[in-house]
Amino acid sequence: MQNLLLNIDAGTIDWSRAQFALTAIYHWLFVPLTLGLAVIMGIAETIYYRKKDDFWKKTAQFWQKLFGVNFAMGVATGIILEFEFGTNWSNYSWFVGDIFGAPLAVEGIVAFFMESTFVAVMFFGWKKVSAGFHLASTWLTGLGATISAWWILVANAWMQYPVGCEFNPDTMRNEMTSFFEVALSPFAIEKFFHTVISSWIIGAVFVTAVCCWYLLKGRNTKLSIESLKIASVVGLIAALGAGATGHKSGQTIAQVQPMKLAAMEALYNGGNEQGLKIVEGIEVPYGLSLMATNTLDGFVPGINELLNGYTKADGTIEPSAEEKMMRGRIAIDALAAYRKAKADGLSEDITNSQLAILRENYQYFGYGYVKDKSDLVPPILINFWAFRAMVGLGCLFIVFFGIVLILVFRIPLVSIITRRLLSAFGLLSETESDEVSPQAILPAWLCWVAIAMVPLAYIASESGWLVAEFGRQPWTIQDMLPTWVAVSNLQSSSVILTFILFLILFTTMLAVEINILLKQIKKGPEL
Amino acid sequence: MNKNCFLYRAFDLYYDGFRHMTVGKTLWIIILVKLFVIFIILKLFFFPNFLKQHASGDEAGFVASELTERANP
Repeated sequence: MQNLLLNIDAGTIDWSRAQFALTAIYHWLFVPLTLGLAVIMGIAETIYYRKKDDFWKKTAQFWQKLFGVNFAMGVATGIILEFEFGTNWSNYSWFVGDIFGAPLAVEGIVAFFMESTFVAVMFFGWKKVSAGFHLASTWLTGLGATISAWWILVANAWMQYPVGCEFNPDTMRNEMTSFFEVALSPFAIEKFFHTVISSWIIGAVFVTAVCCWYLLKGRNTKLSIESLKIASVVGLIAALGAGATGHKSGQTIAQVQPMKLAAMEALYNGGNEQGLKIVEGIEVPYGLSLMATNTLDGFVPGINELLNGYTKADGTIEPSAEEKMMRGRIAIDALAAYRKAKADGLSEDITNSQLAILRENYQYFGYGYVKDKSDLVPPILINFWAFRAMVGLGCLFIVFFGIVLILVFRIPLVSIITRRLLSAFGLLSETESDEVSPQAILPAWLCWVAIAMVPLAYIASESGWLVAEFGRQPWTIQDMLPTWVAVSNLQSSSVILTFILFLILFTTMLAVEINILLKQIKKGPEL
Repeated sequence: MNKNCFLYRAFDLYYDGFRHMTVGKTLWIIILVKLFVIFIILKLFFFPNFLKQHASGDEAGFVASELTERANP
């Protein structure tokens, strides 16, 4: 509705958003697998370095080969996002320029060169450099990718929680006042750890699935079992870590993006002692209060409180949406008056008084573009279910990796008890329940479950991004710039054309990548 | 050239590595095609710099009028 009130093509906003989402989702298919596989191949090569056993060298090389395919296919897919900033989101791009510029420049210079140097040593250097230098290069390749992710996530975190900056009405840009406040904001740190650790789950799930496929085919048994041991440990630690970092993220969101939390929970009327919904009608008592405030009776505002105003736990009053919208309009009017006074060469007193009004109301600047307070509510259905998909699948991964770990490590007693329990539920034949051959270390059904986990892991990861990005709607920058102001005044037809082009390009590239990956998996390691 | 010097060894790492690539050759072809499509076709024909095209050098003024006018549709 808001879009129709503007003097720009109404479809431009939605198509630009859809195009950005398509590009980001596609880019994010490659990044988490790169981060996750980097850990697993690093561990495999570390074992080779310590044991000097050629089996581990071949194992590390195999996972590095699959890492290489994924890495190559992901190259430059993120660049397209930057093209879109300049074309589709030019107002936004100018408005944030200095804040985005620094992290992205650091990302480009340090991480990119680090990755591209050490990845060459990793692939070409087995017979050229010492084992220690090669091992360091393998880990530094992964570290480079992780540092790269850090800076991108810093930029994203700033959009969700803009700190360390000051708006300059002369340049119309937010200028950085503290690099460290931007780079080390709590939102950025939590986002980084949650995103990177959850990416390790995808790497672990991928390795588990490949190994399980080999076990089902009765080939590469030793590589599969040994790799399963690494993957199950990494996967279990990562799944537990993602839960812990996710909890911390939830608390920060409760503080700085309470509307996102309310949308995730479909919480219209908040209050104390709020339960956490499993699904509508079933909830964990006190769960949401505990998640948001670390106390059982903590107050969690709902959508209605956030729109109508409420008193916070510390006694301060959160203004209503109407008041924020009014103060936002005052800020925008002051900005226009300030620039006009400057252009007309009016006295400093006049410009300074307008500047003071702008500064006083700037924290609600973006609300000045909102005509109807209902536009401040993010899409509830998507947030509610995407959050549940992410958390539900996260819990499933803990159980899954826990079972795989117990079975592949053959932990005395625990392994036998687990096998007998599975047998009691009919999930393992009785003859399989105690002593098993290496090939039957995991029951066939569990191997198929492992393969099915690959798309589920991606759904969980992409769902996390859906919550992060849909949850902050309508803002491109929280409280500063809504989507319908950030977007360029383009014809929607041109955005639709590039959307379709991307869809074709991305689908083709994805098909090619999956094809090459599957061929390499079928070919197997060169043992 | 001394085969132990750093520059020679660095060159040899890449030269020998590229020469003996197997699946890497296919990947490099895909990367080059992809870079061509992204930087030559998409960037040049579909993703111009909107502000450079429309702001006539006064980006701040252009964005200021966009931001103030969109508050008053």
